[in-house]
Amino acid sequence: MTKELSKKVEIIKPSGIRKFFDLVNEMKDVISLGVGEPDFDTPWHIRDEGIFALEKGRTFYTSNSGLKDLKVEISNYIKRTQNILYNPDNEIIVTVGGSEAIDIGIRALVNDSDEVIIPQPSYVSYEPCAILANAKPVIINLKAENNFRLRAQELENAITPKTKLLILPYPNNPTGAIMEREDLEKIAEVIKKYDIYVMSDEIYSELTYCAKHTSIASIAGMKERTILINGFSKAYAMTGWRLGYACAPKEIIKQMLKIHQYAIMCAPTTSQYAAVEALKNGDKDIDEMRKSYNQRRRFLINAFKEMKLECFEPFGAFYVFPCIKEFNMTSEEFATRFLEEEKVAAIPGNAFGASGEGYLRISYAYSLDNLKKAMERLKHFVEKLRAQGVK
Amino acid sequence: MREELLSIIEKNSRIGLNELAVLLGKSEEEVLKELESLEKEGIICGYNTLIDWEKTSIEKVTALIEVRVTPQRGQGFDKIAERIYNYPEVRSVYLISGGFDLLVILEEKSLREIANFVSDKLATLDSVLSTGTHFILKKYKDYGIILAKKSEDEREIISP
Repeated sequence: MTKELSKKVEIIKPSGIRKFFDLVNEMKDVISLGVGEPDFDTPWHIRDEGIFALEKGRTFYTSNSGLKDLKVEISNYIKRTQNILYNPDNEIIVTVGGSEAIDIGIRALVNDSDEVIIPQPSYVSYEPCAILANAKPVIINLKAENNFRLRAQELENAITPKTKLLILPYPNNPTGAIMEREDLEKIAEVIKKYDIYVMSDEIYSELTYCAKHTSIASIAGMKERTILINGFSKAYAMTGWRLGYACAPKEIIKQMLKIHQYAIMCAPTTSQYAAVEALKNGDKDIDEMRKSYNQRRRFLINAFKEMKLECFEPFGAFYVFPCIKEFNMTSEEFATRFLEEEKVAAIPGNAFGASGEGYLRISYAYSLDNLKKAMERLKHFVEKLRAQGVK
Repeated sequence: MREELLSIIEKNSRIGLNELAVLLGKSEEEVLKELESLEKEGIICGYNTLIDWEKTSIEKVTALIEVRVTPQRGQGFDKIAERIYNYPEVRSVYLISGGFDLLVILEEKSLREIANFVSDKLATLDSVLSTGTHFILKKYKDYGIILAKKSEDEREIISP
């Protein structure tokens, strides 16, 4: 074929993680710290509901926006965790993972050359989704000295008359940063002042380790301008089920539903039945997993402290984001050498945006034994570099 | 901290004090103090090792024995339970609701030894009305640990 393909798609770069992935795949006996998904299996009672749905022959489509039972449970869940009321009939849509919700949410909001503000480091899909929707991504480079939280002033500086939407990715992948209510209140002021929308990606909302997560939609005057995105992948260890959701004012959901209807039809039915069980009876599973993540988080922070590697204490998700600037290498060089010399795979911070340069994303969705081995190797590597005087 | 501490050492009793302190976000002194008081209060009763004997060449036979007894005046089931649990080969004795009264778990080297114990010692006790012996053929899961298979990490090595 010689006919040209879509220019818009061609200019999009494949995910930086992918490149690293190919490198890792050629090697053997690698200890990985590179995954963005839980190491737990989906709790058995949830899997069992999925199996039961299959046994009962529930293999049909559901309504486009999702099973009624599931939407009711999602509504209840947000009521009990955030005290926000979403009408299950027209303010909730069940999607194929949080990622679909991000895509159709942006597409439902922007017109050509509208600006979408994206704080980085953050998850890899916001920028390409904005570009594919003909919007213009405007990047805010978050600062380590603010513990990678978004400051109202930074937001205000990025706003122009063309700004349509702010992406708010907290608890954050890859930094592990969170935003607390006081932080969000200041952001909300700016958003209301300039009359823009927010897409709050709260997929890690259940994984916070100091205070409970607060959604920006729970702040007065914000529900009507927020698309709240969440899902089952991280909280219930259900990544492979591909199930997420978006909650928003009904005018927005109505538009998102059209894209979803034509592109996806409906989220997987088996997964939806399993998810009903997750929301009804899964709270204690989350508690167990959170406790376990928290222990590993403390372990890693302590290990960095012992090897004198600079790292702010993250309070969310399951990532730590140590700084490797003292070694005078790019993140990619560091990660590549770490992989080649010590056989440990961690993701270079710049895969999540230019401001991730000088950092490494380390996931603690691994057993403690695994983390211990990896930290021994990191210690060895760091000491070797320091001895070589790479400073 | 108590509950979290207990749930960590329930799974790994060999964990060092230093590591325990890191995982719990407490100082070593605090953890040590808590451990000592848990031992003193009899909440921690021992530090056993979970062994899958089937994988060794050592023969072990485990039996679950249902025992129906006549409770004794003034002492209920305690007296008879004591007479049974004092035998060192008895691993566990539980008072059970339902069709029988005591569940006795016995571990021996051979079937014959179990048969001897039941017929010579257990069945002959005055208050024992009847016994029913079940042999364990295979252990799939014990103390929350799945023995049947080791699970491997099948996730992709890297994902966003």
